[in-house]
Amino acid sequence: MRYTETGFNLEVDLTKGNIERVPTDPRLTEQHLGGLGTNARILWDRVPPEVDPLSPENVIIFSSGLLGGTLAPGANRTIVSTLSPQTGLMAFSMMGGFWAPELKYAGYDKVIVTGKSPNLVYLWINNDTVEIRDASHLHGKGALETAELIREELNEPRARVLAIGLAGENQVYYASIEHERSSASRGGIGAVMGSKGLKAIVVRGTKDLNIAKPAEFWEECDKVLKYIEFRRENPIKGVPPILAGLGSPQEMAIHDEQWHTTSFSWGNARVRRKDFWTEERAKAWSEIQTKSVERLISCYNCPMRCGAIVPHPELPTHRYMMKCYSKLTYVMGAMADDLEFGFKIAGLAQEYGVDGYTAPQVMAFAVELYENGILTDEDLPGFPKKNEDRFFYLLDKIVHREGIGDILAEGVYWAARKIGKGAEKFDHNTIKKHEQIPIKLGMLNPIYYILWSTGEKINITQIEGQMPQAPFPTKELKEDFIKDWIQIPTGKEEKFKQFIMEWGEEGKRFPFWPPPDLICDLVEWQETMHYIDDTVGLCAGLSSFPLKPAYHIHNLPLLISYGTGLDIDEDRLWEIAKRTRNLVRAINVRRGLRRKDEKPPEDHWKKRFPEYEAKLLDEYYRYKGWNKDGIPTRETLEKLDLGFVAEDLIKRGILTDGDGNSEKKEEK
Amino acid sequence: MKDEKKVKIVKRIKIDADQCNGCRACEAICAAFHAEPKYSSVNPARARIHVIHDPLRDIYLPVYAGEYTPAECAGRNTYTLNGKEYDECAFCRASCPSRDLFKEPDSGLPLKCDMCETDPPLEEPMCVQVCIDDALTYEEVEVEVEEEEEAKIEDLELGLEALIKKYGLDETMKIMARMAASEQE
Ligand code: SF4
Ligand code: SF4
Ligand code: SF4
Repeated sequence: MRYTETGFNLEVDLTKGNIERVPTDPRLTEQHLGGLGTNARILWDRVPPEVDPLSPENVIIFSSGLLGGTLAPGANRTIVSTLSPQTGLMAFSMMGGFWAPELKYAGYDKVIVTGKSPNLVYLWINNDTVEIRDASHLHGKGALETAELIREELNEPRARVLAIGLAGENQVYYASIEHERSSASRGGIGAVMGSKGLKAIVVRGTKDLNIAKPAEFWEECDKVLKYIEFRRENPIKGVPPILAGLGSPQEMAIHDEQWHTTSFSWGNARVRRKDFWTEERAKAWSEIQTKSVERLISCYNCPMRCGAIVPHPELPTHRYMMKCYSKLTYVMGAMADDLEFGFKIAGLAQEYGVDGYTAPQVMAFAVELYENGILTDEDLPGFPKKNEDRFFYLLDKIVHREGIGDILAEGVYWAARKIGKGAEKFDHNTIKKHEQIPIKLGMLNPIYYILWSTGEKINITQIEGQMPQAPFPTKELKEDFIKDWIQIPTGKEEKFKQFIMEWGEEGKRFPFWPPPDLICDLVEWQETMHYIDDTVGLCAGLSSFPLKPAYHIHNLPLLISYGTGLDIDEDRLWEIAKRTRNLVRAINVRRGLRRKDEKPPEDHWKKRFPEYEAKLLDEYYRYKGWNKDGIPTRETLEKLDLGFVAEDLIKRGILTDGDGNSEKKEEK
Repeated sequence: MKDEKKVKIVKRIKIDADQCNGCRACEAICAAFHAEPKYSSVNPARARIHVIHDPLRDIYLPVYAGEYTPAECAGRNTYTLNGKEYDECAFCRASCPSRDLFKEPDSGLPLKCDMCETDPPLEEPMCVQVCIDDALTYEEVEVEVEEEEEAKIEDLELGLEALIKKYGLDETMKIMARMAASEQE
């Protein structure tokens, strides 16, 4: 018997209309555990580097994580992996909600989709009965509306639906996949679904999911739950409220938006409004928020309530569900002062299915081009005067791919190059062709520099976490923070605690402090925890993202071992995460990713130090076992049982045979 | 002795639907707790609590599996809530032949909330324990009762009753005899 996983994937070829239930190889579970790990392996094996992300040959995988659907709180992530039309690289996106657990209960770990259907369809998975159904009547329907209509026509209110909106159908490069209160937004994976003619995947499951060591497993889960309760009573002291608790940032519950509105940049990542959060604003915004949030809601098996039900009379569904910080991204992108605008446009944008981070930035970019005469009234006929109205206008054009919207639909990087006339200069907030959180600060932060440069999720929030963002102001707060900081990996406890204690003292400030080895350790830790979450299917909000999370490198091996019956300790888990990390890098290297792509935008910090940055990158590559161009060496790959990857890279001339050895010599 | 009043502890779960966040942790733990051995599997379809949810109408309603009814009821209601008309059975807690709710997914045997009765007793039922947002809370109240009480239909009896209903008494007894025989082998 297989434990915590079902041992079966569903393989769907939409060109042939073929559906197969395929047993999985337990050896792959041992190598990669599941979720992102096995997704990466499938993409490596099946999608050669020349495949166009929007062609039928691309594969899109909808996966549960290894612990998804078990009693582990927050083990509910759906991990969607494919190749991104925007970046050309592997797309990372995870979402919460209920879909992946339901898939497990239906008897599958993953749904792997290839090919292209001639007409719009949806997939209906009802335990052992799986069918491809016509979706032509759902063409152009909003994502939530689609889910609603499908549940009605199937007469199954308990079915869980993920769907794309019009943006996905029209292959907007930042189209999202929406599911109830969650969405998988990054990298244009909704466009990949659209390119396959797949409108939705619907699942209902009523089978058992087995646990290897039941009592021990539940005991660990119960501890996690108790810790969540403990942290409710004991927020971290000395940090802004939004960072003090667990969960995805508690955007729906917390009204204090000082941190986001004054630390992040507004417009096209252009200005900081340090004095935005006045008492008057706080009051007005709080009133709007109270009015806009009907109920706080959670994902499957999690008490954190990071989402909310928001009334929206203009939508066919009359309500939508919001999570995280998209209520602010549109407000800040549009330089609007009105939170109500945020709630309104976010609902519409979700129904169209666009990424709430990228979309407002593309629109802010377009507004800037217009204000600088690069886009004209000819490009934007009838362009409104007010920024809020302009955003509605642009959203409509983009999702319909109408006029200039057809170009803007490809995101800032590609649009800038298509528009020309100096538009490239306004593309100042993308890395690897992907829009970043709008943060422009003064002094280079060496830890973030590495995270930003080398992260393959191309999104800082997907690989950071666990570390405070600024030094604690007092010795007492520092001591308070480290006193029960149990989440640190074995062997690094003293080093990391000392870092917290010293950070901010004279001579112990960025950019030339901390020393490179500590920077590497801190980056590696933060990133590794995210890779583990995406593999086991845990919400980062309880694990890799917040300070002092409920899941960490000490209880995760226990949970995995008790759940699956495998024997996984801290070292082995770390190694598995590393294997997956390197495999992801190899997929991207094979698709052209190189050192030259690994850099934050020039104005990311006012003060930059090119030579120092290059040195840091060298150090980090060496630490990772990668060569000077950021490519994993043969030796590194072989140590991780990825010899077949090394062979492929050598055959393609990407790695030279001597690569591993030369690195070794240098070290000695 | 016979006519004496006795103090009995009544266990109650209070439901505050306004606090429900729709997480279904209650369903998951109920199913796992009643698995054999305990926690060895999860399958919310086996839970004795079900969270009726319709997020777009802001409906989140945990209901406990109630009595097993051998026949569908005759008089029915319809509900209109937040603009949507609901199926007449949408909010019913009975395990009833008309639908699959509160039945074991494989055997179709009825499920009923047993308040997690176990030895030694739990401090609180499992669903209440995991509902840390307090949509479910537990209380024990003392009430005076007449000594003689109607015997409680136990799960086993319930199950048997359903089997007999479905397959007839003879057939059910035959199967049981056969199972007993094979057990002894
Ligand atoms: S912490 Fe929030 S986002 Fe994460 S699983 Fe829980 S409710 Fe969902
Ligand atoms: S555990 Fe509580 S909050 Fe979650 S669904 Fe059940 S009743 Fe609602
Ligand atoms: S009290 Fe126990 S048996 Fe009843 S619904 Fe809750 S967990 Fe299930």
